[in-house]
Amino acid sequence: MYQFLTGFMFWVSVSIFFIGLFVRFIFYFTGLNWRLDRVAYKSYPFYGIKGALKSVFKWLFPFLTRVWRKHFFITIASFAFHVGAVIVPFFLLAHNVFIRGKLGIFHSIILNQLTADILSWLVVIGAVILTIRRIVLPQARILTRGYDYFILFLAVAPFITGLCARYEVGNYSFWLYSHIIFGEVFLIAAPFTKLSHLVLFFASRIQIGMDFEIKRGGMKSKNGMAW
Amino acid sequence: MYSGKLCSKEPVKTKEQLQALLKDTRGKTYYKEMQNLEVDTDLLWKTIQTTLNSRIKTWLEICSRCGICAESCFLYLANDKDPTQIPSYKIQSTLGEIIKRKGDVDNAFMQTAMETTWGKCTCCNRCAMYCPNGIDTGVMFSYLRGLLYQQGFVPLEMKIGAGMHRIYYAQMDITDEDFIDTFEWIVEEYEKDYQGLKVPVDVKNADIMYTVNAREVKYYPEDLAYAAILFNLAQENWTVTSKGWEETSLAMFAGDWEACKIQVKHVYEAMERLKPKRMIGTECGHAHRATVIEGPYWMGRKDGKPPVESIHYVEWVAEALRTGKLKINPEKRIKTPVTIQDSCNYVRNGGLKDITREIISYIVEPGYFVEMEPCGENNFCCGGGGGFNGIGIYRNHRNKGLTVKRDQIIKTGAKLVLAPCHNCWDAIRDLEEEFKIGIKWSFLKPLLIDMVEIPESMKPAS
Repeated sequence: MYQFLTGFMFWVSVSIFFIGLFVRFIFYFTGLNWRLDRVAYKSYPFYGIKGALKSVFKWLFPFLTRVWRKHFFITIASFAFHVGAVIVPFFLLAHNVFIRGKLGIFHSIILNQLTADILSWLVVIGAVILTIRRIVLPQARILTRGYDYFILFLAVAPFITGLCARYEVGNYSFWLYSHIIFGEVFLIAAPFTKLSHLVLFFASRIQIGMDFEIKRGGMKSKNGMAW
Repeated sequence: MYSGKLCSKEPVKTKEQLQALLKDTRGKTYYKEMQNLEVDTDLLWKTIQTTLNSRIKTWLEICSRCGICAESCFLYLANDKDPTQIPSYKIQSTLGEIIKRKGDVDNAFMQTAMETTWGKCTCCNRCAMYCPNGIDTGVMFSYLRGLLYQQGFVPLEMKIGAGMHRIYYAQMDITDEDFIDTFEWIVEEYEKDYQGLKVPVDVKNADIMYTVNAREVKYYPEDLAYAAILFNLAQENWTVTSKGWEETSLAMFAGDWEACKIQVKHVYEAMERLKPKRMIGTECGHAHRATVIEGPYWMGRKDGKPPVESIHYVEWVAEALRTGKLKINPEKRIKTPVTIQDSCNYVRNGGLKDITREIISYIVEPGYFVEMEPCGENNFCCGGGGGFNGIGIYRNHRNKGLTVKRDQIIKTGAKLVLAPCHNCWDAIRDLEEEFKIGIKWSFLKPLLIDMVEIPESMKPAS
């Protein structure tokens, strides 16, 4: 079982994840159409790149945009959730050791145990807050479907099971297997579900940044769009 | 497939059809016929398949459904934070649902979608600035307008407006002769006050070709005279065109993309015929959006630009004041608390926030200008954009929506609201009529006329 999950399934899930997301990212841009979108994407490369970079950068860090400043609480919860969710899987020591076994690659940036614990807990706490927010706030509740909770669950399950394994709550093997399975389910699901926002967030922000910069006044206002 | 005499999938193509629609008071027959209009689901799905590309597909898919966009929408705020007014909800329950059902929707669905599309969104694009995923719901509603228009589910006034462009190349029944006659007549009226005042028609290779909003011709001809006076005072080499003089596009509000192209092609042909150095459009937001920002794409112009450099009137005013072509008498600067309404179409979607503030620095006595909160790109829609002002059946929706702008204005303490945009001007006039908050509102031209210095050569002969 362990062999199967960490062997065949590891390769399958990782391949689907990276190839799938890469394909979705590429297809997003090949699917754009300057005439239908009414944006001269290729005519003004300088402004296009400037608008795209600004649009991504400003939203990638907390409190740089008006929205992030205005919605203080959700900004904290959302960044806590996302930062841990991105960093821990890549820089956790255990993952690194595992990857070295597989690929022979070992990168030098490793999270120490305390940081990894904190980041993982922030993911779980962030997910809890985001879930409560969806239940409590009318503007989130009306929009939320079962699917949205399912996606949140897919994202947080590897962390919950990972923490249970790390603290050896009850049966260690059970949590380890669960962790691997949920991790692989996440990797396989990402390109086909809303989890694709992992890359499509960047794609969409690049497009809207170019849109405002090239077409909607970016060339005329002093600082471009005031995100 | 059922087709009403007034309400059908066919666009207006004749003057008789237009007259019949205009005679239908409050759209009684039109909306009655709409009850029986069938949805051509095959056409709907086929259209979506050929026009829906990765941008909108992705927006609908990756929407986090977090509701952060809620407070970006003035209609959500105006309607006591009604969750059904959240941009994401509005688009997911209409366009999102149509796509999910592969176009298999019925008459009742389409009528609800029509109400949401024209009665709950002005396509101001403010939500685009507030979505972490960069989702522009206004753009999606603009797309949905096209789908609904194709199926005949469009408010009466929008159908008429688009029809006007198809027949008159103008948003109302003003012929080319009416335009020139009115312009020449009103300029004559002012000739005695400004020596040498004239309106040059069809002059080739002029520095400026001036385009207008047909409403000015029909309802506010003084505006044409003011434009002529200011161009003459600035000693500009300008002209109007006898064909292609209308800059607006109600077809854009209607989602009649074919008529959009017909209209803007007419204006571009005038540019190509007269070859002016620049085209300057009047104080209208959506006219600028249609002819300068979106128009090039309807015409398939790869550089996204009209055939000649085209600017908004506020850009010319700022330039004329900056370069001294127009000189303001400092004694006559505005000395009353004043604020400005930022037109969504040329501020958020056209980058002209700084330009309008520059004008204010010349015409308002320091200390009297008060910004709205929020302002600039973040300002709210006036409450009447995207065709909202003109749609009878959604008048109550519109009036409710005006409360956000009303409260913003009250908070500034301003007694005068600058509104260099026809839709904004109308909305602010209507909000004053509706709520009586004791304000005045104005385009820039009448204010400038009162405060510019007149060179000796143009002063009336004594």
